[in-house]
Amino acid sequence: MNTLLVPVIGGVLIGLSSLAMLALLGRITGISGIFAGVITAESGSAWRWAFLAGLIGGPLLFHLTTNSAAPLPSEAGWPLTIVAGLLVGFGTRYAGGCTSGHGVCGIGRLSQRSMAATATFIGAGMVTVYITRHLLGAG
Amino acid sequence: MTTKTVIPLLCGLLFGAGLSISGMTDTRVVLGFLDITGAWDPSLMLVMVGALAITVPGFWLAQKRTKPILTSEFHLPASCKIESKPLLGSAIFGIGWGLYGYCPGPALASLTTLNWQPLLFIAAMAAGVYLEKWVQMLKQ
Repeated sequence: MNTLLVPVIGGVLIGLSSLAMLALLGRITGISGIFAGVITAESGSAWRWAFLAGLIGGPLLFHLTTNSAAPLPSEAGWPLTIVAGLLVGFGTRYAGGCTSGHGVCGIGRLSQRSMAATATFIGAGMVTVYITRHLLGAG
Repeated sequence: MTTKTVIPLLCGLLFGAGLSISGMTDTRVVLGFLDITGAWDPSLMLVMVGALAITVPGFWLAQKRTKPILTSEFHLPASCKIESKPLLGSAIFGIGWGLYGYCPGPALASLTTLNWQPLLFIAAMAAGVYLEKWVQMLKQ
């Protein structure tokens, strides 16, 4: 299939999932918030557990049914894996959202806060890649 | 029962499948999007376009109702204003994202590969969540 169309279709599925969560249940599909709610044992988290179970099982189901292989993991070593995970966990909670909560749902609500947050994490990500790949020459 | 388990489970499956189909569980594809001066990969931008094509009109329609279709109230963030806190948090998140190529969704969606990388990343992410809670407590 067209390499440009496939990501759009994936995005549409993500959008439909987020829309169903809001229209049916009144919930914002922010993965970092859902994850944080589950690991900090926030009360009333049944829906968060259920969503996470689907999010974790969905890719497995997709690769099994299409007989495709999941992508290989990053080649980064364990120290970078830990540092990056810490920054992503801390940063998304401090920001009150990540790519899904701010990028898909927040912008979906036309929230200026989310638009600015999304521009910031994409910008910071681009600067980081520029420094690590082109200035330091790694990766 | 339906609203607490079946529907969020189905939505999670749909979301996870969407991430897999679009290549977002591959750190190379994500870093390729962030690498604007290298061999740029537009995939992540196209995912955002597809998702927003649904959520922008869909959310507008959904919020014309006074309550969700199956539950009693909308749970929405209080503020839509631009403030320094979400910007600082996003800058920190963006650095971690650019260093590795995982944001929370794709990391969780990669767990069933049973590789140590997503597992360790998620453990570190959980530590980051607790660290943030602790910092917020100190600030009060």
